[in-house]
Amino acid sequence: MILNPATLALQITALLVAAMGMYAGYYGIRILAKWDLGSGSEEQLELERRTYLISTIMSCILVFELMSLFLYVYTADSLHTLFTGAMCAAGTLAVNSFGYPVLILKVVNFVLAGVWLIVNLTDNRGYDYPLIRIKYELLNLVVPLLVLESCLLFAYFAGVKPDIITSCCGSLFSNESKGLSGDLAALPPVTMMALFFGSMAATLISGLRFYLKRSGGYLFSLAATATFAVSLASLISFICLYFYELPTHHCPFCLLQKEYHYIGYLLYASLFSGGVSGIGVGVLMPFRKVTSLAAIIPLLQRRLTLISLICNLLFTLITVWKMYFSALKLG
Amino acid sequence: MNRSLERHLNILDFTLSSLSRRKGKNLSLLAIYLLVVFILASLVFFVTALKREAGMILQDAPDIVVQRLVAGRQDLVPATSVAEIAAIRGVTAVRSRLWGYYYDGLIGANYTVMADDATAAVGQAVIGAGISKARNLAVGDLLPLITYQKNPLMLEIKSVLPAGADLMAADLIVIAPDDFRALFNFPVNMATDLAISVRNPKEIGTIAAKIVELFPEARPVLKSEIQRTYQSLFDWRGGMTVVILASAMLSFIIFAWDKATGLSAEERREIGILKSIGWETGDVLLLKFWEGIVISLTAFLMGVVLAYGHVFFLSAPIFAQALKGWSVIYPRFQLIPVVDALQLSVLFFLTVVPYTTATVIPCWRAATTDPDAAMRS
Amino acid sequence: MIELVSITKSFNSGKPNQFTAVDNVSLNIDPHQITILKGPSGSGKTSLMTMIGCMARPTSGRIFLQGVAAALPYQQSGSEAIEITSLPERFLNEIRRATFGFIFQQFNLIKGISVLENVMLPAYPTGERRADFRTRAEELLELFNISRHAAKRVDDLSGGELQRVAIARALINNPSIIIADEPTAHLDSKLSHEFMENVARLKGEGRTILIASHDPIVYDAPLIDRLVEMRDGAIVDSGRKR
Repeated sequence: MILNPATLALQITALLVAAMGMYAGYYGIRILAKWDLGSGSEEQLELERRTYLISTIMSCILVFELMSLFLYVYTADSLHTLFTGAMCAAGTLAVNSFGYPVLILKVVNFVLAGVWLIVNLTDNRGYDYPLIRIKYELLNLVVPLLVLESCLLFAYFAGVKPDIITSCCGSLFSNESKGLSGDLAALPPVTMMALFFGSMAATLISGLRFYLKRSGGYLFSLAATATFAVSLASLISFICLYFYELPTHHCPFCLLQKEYHYIGYLLYASLFSGGVSGIGVGVLMPFRKVTSLAAIIPLLQRRLTLISLICNLLFTLITVWKMYFSALKLG
Repeated sequence: MNRSLERHLNILDFTLSSLSRRKGKNLSLLAIYLLVVFILASLVFFVTALKREAGMILQDAPDIVVQRLVAGRQDLVPATSVAEIAAIRGVTAVRSRLWGYYYDGLIGANYTVMADDATAAVGQAVIGAGISKARNLAVGDLLPLITYQKNPLMLEIKSVLPAGADLMAADLIVIAPDDFRALFNFPVNMATDLAISVRNPKEIGTIAAKIVELFPEARPVLKSEIQRTYQSLFDWRGGMTVVILASAMLSFIIFAWDKATGLSAEERREIGILKSIGWETGDVLLLKFWEGIVISLTAFLMGVVLAYGHVFFLSAPIFAQALKGWSVIYPRFQLIPVVDALQLSVLFFLTVVPYTTATVIPCWRAATTDPDAAMRS
Repeated sequence: MIELVSITKSFNSGKPNQFTAVDNVSLNIDPHQITILKGPSGSGKTSLMTMIGCMARPTSGRIFLQGVAAALPYQQSGSEAIEITSLPERFLNEIRRATFGFIFQQFNLIKGISVLENVMLPAYPTGERRADFRTRAEELLELFNISRHAAKRVDDLSGGELQRVAIARALINNPSIIIADEPTAHLDSKLSHEFMENVARLKGEGRTILIASHDPIVYDAPLIDRLVEMRDGAIVDSGRKR
């Protein structure tokens, strides 16, 4: 168990997010059960008002999730000195088996909250609440994940025991770690490079086609989703190596440090926005024929596609630029 | 210009005018918010600065300190083991250290006494700024100490350590080894502990293991362990204080929630009017959102700036006693300012996030006032 | 044209204190005319007007709008008129902001801010450029002869001036329909006549005007086109054409 202001802040936030999520989820279920747009009854009016509250709560959750994602990494980084063998955040997160699942859930929940808000934005533009069911079914998928994330976060901090001097035994001997780089780091860089540039090219080409000719939306969204995953893996597998100029340091977190000019923020921001907007295009695809949305979805999809293209392009350009100018040369 | 940007600007403009119209209510909220941010920020800044301070001191600490345990308690180390440890491969130097505590009945304080022949010759002493101030001693004066055999030991003060940020140096006296032995009636050929330097930091663990093999009663303490222990000690103190402050934070949150819920009749009427003349629920929510942002940012920035001054210019009078602790004649020392993104985001999550969460539902309630309420009043 | 088809509005439905404010009302309101809803307080005039003005949704029944530009995106295919009762609040609001101007019994001006700001307020959330609607607001104040009070707080104005500010505010988004609820209730006879002169001017500009009132100065005025009488939530006299 570790008690310090940062872990407390994370735990309080996790509690608040889970509570807000459950509150929203409860009304989501009520909306699914009682929704009747044709009725002008007081109950229906009340439910329609609740949708404003739920949108607001989800926006808060999105912002809190994104910010707490960074706080989590920061905190892990500041705690690494407490553990033998931990060199940075990567080591701290590996201290017990909950560290990485929490991180992954934070990313997943951020992406889901982003997709939910895209669906919500679309729904709000249709005059007959066309996506109301899908929206609240999706919400019921997100809420358990938010709760799970909070539970795992508590389990993680509860299970963390710093290696400090205790008065009873002589000394704790440092077992210098054999490196906590996981399977991702072990992926062969050349293969990853091929995969990364391949999927990125597919995304950019299909995105451009969708943007200009309005066809192949699913293809683009699929490519963007794959690229999101591949880029995250590539970041660990080879991209970060070029920034650290070290062939073995696979940490995805040190990029956020001052030593690397905070480049990580730009990389992650472009990666996440590119991913979320790309996934959003696909999520909206099935509904573009709905009457009340027919005029709205194509416009929104174009905008999302443009955002996704710009972000992915930015990410690729930074990568290529660093690969070219880095002192390190791989394969 | 973009329509949605114009909408934001227009509504923000109205937010500012309506905030300034209700100065009394908003100032009281702001004051309490600011106080909470100020206290928490002072705490976080102070703990981080102390942690860094301790880390800097420990930079110069030996790689390994070897103590001897007898029946589980620390005992003196025979000087003979120095050579044996020095013979271990990878050890670059072994130094036997003499140090202890001296109680000065005159001012009721403990001094840390260290022996170092390079710093002080026999009959001389180098003292910390804290002692110099407490005993009103300057260079050239005589420092009177009483040995364990009740004999006076007069030492001439060679120099006073500068009153820098160094926490440890304030209550320090450095004297010659011979004077040290005389002062404490310390046995010859014994040392308090041994300080060991190691060539390759990666071998520290192995060397510590070898020392235990050679001397089963030895207790090697690694530098990294000391650093870790200090860090978690400070973290723990900081965390405990936050927990103690939790009730204060909770009452702030309840206060914020109450302020957001208990709209005055005037405010209720205003929102009713806005709704009736064509503002939508989303517009009023936006108004409330900007209101929250303005109050939070003002409180946060001012609280952080005030806390910065409190900790780094005034040396945190509020927390010093609770958190520094370890010596009576603690000096008025100046901490080196450290503020990083981690501290600021921790503060943000401890204050702005709970505040926002507490006000979401009340704001929504206010925003969903019936548009026709104004017609029915 | 506004067409109401069997509109009912009840409150606290299903509870013992249920009451029906408007009971099965059907009515057509013609454009470019002045229509007066006359009846004692509690007769359902205000409730009916809030539903026409897109402020509230009826419990049952339908309201159709015709020739309303702001409602065009929501037009159901195959019909000329737009049925607004099932639209979500945010769309109702959009229609309301662009189509209706409201004048209230209590004037409903916001204290502590200037006359000019009060007049501009309905335009804030439209996303229009501030400079544009500011010019319009100044012109309106000029038109109603209250420019000299533009920077004053509304707290310092007389009843007649407040009335004119309220009319100016109702016009800021250039609505085609004006809805006024007991506009002369707090005015003396002289000011009430002045109000009716302003109404005449609005009619002259081609606006549709709907006024709820039980003030003879209003409903006996020569310029009104139609008088609808209500009692206990129902229409007792659907009006004579003058």
